[in-house]
Amino acid sequence: MTEAVSRVDPGLTEPLLAKRTSRHWLIAAFLTTTIVALPVLSVIFLAFFPEENIWPHLLDTTLPRYLSTTLQLMLGVGALTLVIGLSSAWAVTMCEFPGRRFFEWAMLLPFAVPAYVIAYVYTSLLDYAGPVQRNLRDWFGWENASDYWFPEIRSLEGAILMIGLVLYPYVYLLARAAFLEQSPSLFAVSRSLGHSALSTFFRVVLPIARPAVAVGLSLVLMETLNDFGTVDFFAVQTLTAGLFDTWMNLGNLGGAAQIATTMLIFVVILVTLERYSRRRQQQFAARDNRDPIRRFTMSAPRQYACLAVCAIPVLFGFLIPGFTLGLYAWEYFGESWNTDFIQNTLNSLLLSGTAALTTLLIGITLAYSRRLHDTKGMQVLMRLSSLGYAMPGAVLAVGVIVPLAGFDNWLDSLTRDLFGFSTGLLLSGSTFALVFAYTVRFLAVSAGSVESALQKITPSMDMASRSLGHTPGKTLVRVHLPMLRGTLMTAALVVFVDCMKELPATLILRPFNFETLATYVYQFASDERLYHSALPALIIVLAGIIPIILMSRSISKTRTMG
Amino acid sequence: MHMKLAAAAAMTLTALPLAASAEGDVNIYSYRQAYLLEPLLNAFEQETGIDANVVFAKKGLAERLEREGRNSPADVVMTVDISRINELVERDLVQGVENDVLNENIPENLRHPEGKWFALTTRGRLIFTSRERVEEGEITTYEQLADDKWNDRICTRSGKHPYNIALFSSMLAHHGEADTKAWLEGLKDNLARKPQGGDRDQIKAIAEGVCDISIGNSYYYGNMLQDENQRAIAEQVRLVFPNAEGRGTHVNISGIALTKSAPNRDNAIKLMEFLSSAEAQRIYAEANTEYPANPDVQPSGLVAEWGEINPDQLSLQEIANNRNAVVKLVDRVDYDGE
Repeated sequence: MTEAVSRVDPGLTEPLLAKRTSRHWLIAAFLTTTIVALPVLSVIFLAFFPEENIWPHLLDTTLPRYLSTTLQLMLGVGALTLVIGLSSAWAVTMCEFPGRRFFEWAMLLPFAVPAYVIAYVYTSLLDYAGPVQRNLRDWFGWENASDYWFPEIRSLEGAILMIGLVLYPYVYLLARAAFLEQSPSLFAVSRSLGHSALSTFFRVVLPIARPAVAVGLSLVLMETLNDFGTVDFFAVQTLTAGLFDTWMNLGNLGGAAQIATTMLIFVVILVTLERYSRRRQQQFAARDNRDPIRRFTMSAPRQYACLAVCAIPVLFGFLIPGFTLGLYAWEYFGESWNTDFIQNTLNSLLLSGTAALTTLLIGITLAYSRRLHDTKGMQVLMRLSSLGYAMPGAVLAVGVIVPLAGFDNWLDSLTRDLFGFSTGLLLSGSTFALVFAYTVRFLAVSAGSVESALQKITPSMDMASRSLGHTPGKTLVRVHLPMLRGTLMTAALVVFVDCMKELPATLILRPFNFETLATYVYQFASDERLYHSALPALIIVLAGIIPIILMSRSISKTRTMG
Repeated sequence: MHMKLAAAAAMTLTALPLAASAEGDVNIYSYRQAYLLEPLLNAFEQETGIDANVVFAKKGLAERLEREGRNSPADVVMTVDISRINELVERDLVQGVENDVLNENIPENLRHPEGKWFALTTRGRLIFTSRERVEEGEITTYEQLADDKWNDRICTRSGKHPYNIALFSSMLAHHGEADTKAWLEGLKDNLARKPQGGDRDQIKAIAEGVCDISIGNSYYYGNMLQDENQRAIAEQVRLVFPNAEGRGTHVNISGIALTKSAPNRDNAIKLMEFLSSAEAQRIYAEANTEYPANPDVQPSGLVAEWGEINPDQLSLQEIANNRNAVVKLVDRVDYDGE
């Protein structure tokens, strides 16, 4: 705990916030959590009452391998994203080097590339028949694969690299927002007390940014846990791959649900760790936007080091795959550009936009309810509501179908019996099911970031507003939301881009004649027709870029640049 | 409160109402790629005026069908692999069709006794060998894949992929559990690398010199020969119809089934009749270089060039019944492990 952070005695804040608060917030939080938790509970129910219990067989044969592979993958991706995300966030926030303004937002670019797309691209570049090995063979006169050694892209290490390259922006984004929000004077004080820049970074800056970085890292790890496209393509046997295998190849949904429940335990551990890292860490930044950040001026070699730190991830995570896709898309443009493609693009944008908005609203509701009633029960609710993030998309889809189709069929029976007409599949047969699934899946993203941002606003704000006669709702709208604008944009954007990329659940839940770009890409890519998938994949990437730029500008605006 | 907003937002998003045609619709849940079906469905629409709508997915359609129950909009399910079709029967999601046209067009061994599914195409699971490094006739049966001679020289996709499961299931039917396990262990020992990728990737691996022998479905090879980027790769391998001299080559099917809930039952049956007709069978088999299920239709020129296929007459039902035992066997020998 640093001395530099003003602390408010929690004993003092509790009654002031909790008392005289309407129950609406509590009820709203409870309801949303229940609805969001339904799919998760459906899956857990399936796990405990399977038709044929395959658990002993799994335990005996494949499960240990799934577990150890998953752990290795998460460790690898976690380490990689932390290194890339933190170093680049620090460089663009605090160091002056050529291209800094550009990298501020360019660091986010890989975020727009779905992991399965980057995996397809690098496989086509790096496998035996790809240009890299072909040229090597030409230069050295090798005949075939037995003449030389070349790293195997389709491996655990390859998967770590692919997934890490597209997920580090989570860490970067949240770390950078935290670095920007910290008071520059802290740094100056630490330096004046004789600490080196490096030691200040680890002793002052990082501890303050830790809650945000923890959120970023836990998002990365959950995404890693959920990845199917990449590990499937690389034959890396993680829990998710095993889950699909158990469901699709053993035809045992119960067993799949049991693996999903195992994964949930992982997530509970992740979430708990993340909470633990925030424990006793209520700091309230004295935000002073008129105090510009004073960036370090550095020697040329150091500037180049900063440049490299930022350029390498962008090059491999975005430029190379983007350029390759662009090339393929150009070559096959005539075949790819058609009305289907345009319709699917619109579908994707609308659907993701709606889901992002819904998720944000519910996220705010939950996070704010918790601020008002920070009780044990509320914490449990928060945790429950974020479980959807851990559900692999395909399993979540099943979890969504169970309650929705159940409700539809119940309503249908009712109207048939009472009024003699059929309502059919009101919810499960429409895009509602998709929006619902996305909301369940990504609520953890928005609720998590809103919550960590709210924690930084001192309760004195609430007290002031409430003592002036504002209701909690009015306080939220007038005081908190304006202060949180950057965070809200970030959260909405992250969800938007995630929805654009979401694949397994979309495949299962989409209505007739309805494709999103992701499902469209997958159809071709899974059939090894990467060339045809290039244009829609490129659009997913481009669509992801626009909000990235917008959002990045809004973060920068939170502080006038000196 | 916010859920209301979300619901309202979602409602505005629901897909545009399908343009209703005079002859109505038929709704298809398909595990087969939409673009493979497109030419067929276009021909069907032209001929009948019925609009065909498709949801394509690789996974989970059976679950979706089951949950939707009697309100499911799906009329037919189109799928590959006998076990997946059988799963629909076992879960009681499909209904029998007693129809003279279908019974005429599809031979008895390629349809369910009560008409709960009909095969539309068949494909052989073949052995591919390097033209350079393996002599013609050096390997002629599935059983020989386990010979020590091929140590570190074989590539396959995941042992748990339905196509391999079906092949292993046929081995189980012919040889019993103990021998099949020993054979699987022998095959695993002969693998040059961890099972990965699809059937085409194994053919590529032979071209690259990673291995000398692979197992794959006939149409993948056909598709590679027709793709100018992959022809040179495919030409480096020779195809073998395993056990052609003995019990015959293992074949699998792609098929169609009528759902229990089918709201457009008549249109669905029209579609099934159409797909079994000579005209559609020609398009279908041609599009994916498969063998037509309708015996009156000859395989396309390219497929015919490979020579006659002598299909193993083992009942497809028996293959489907062995599935669960085989998947567990694959786990026990750790086929997909390092």
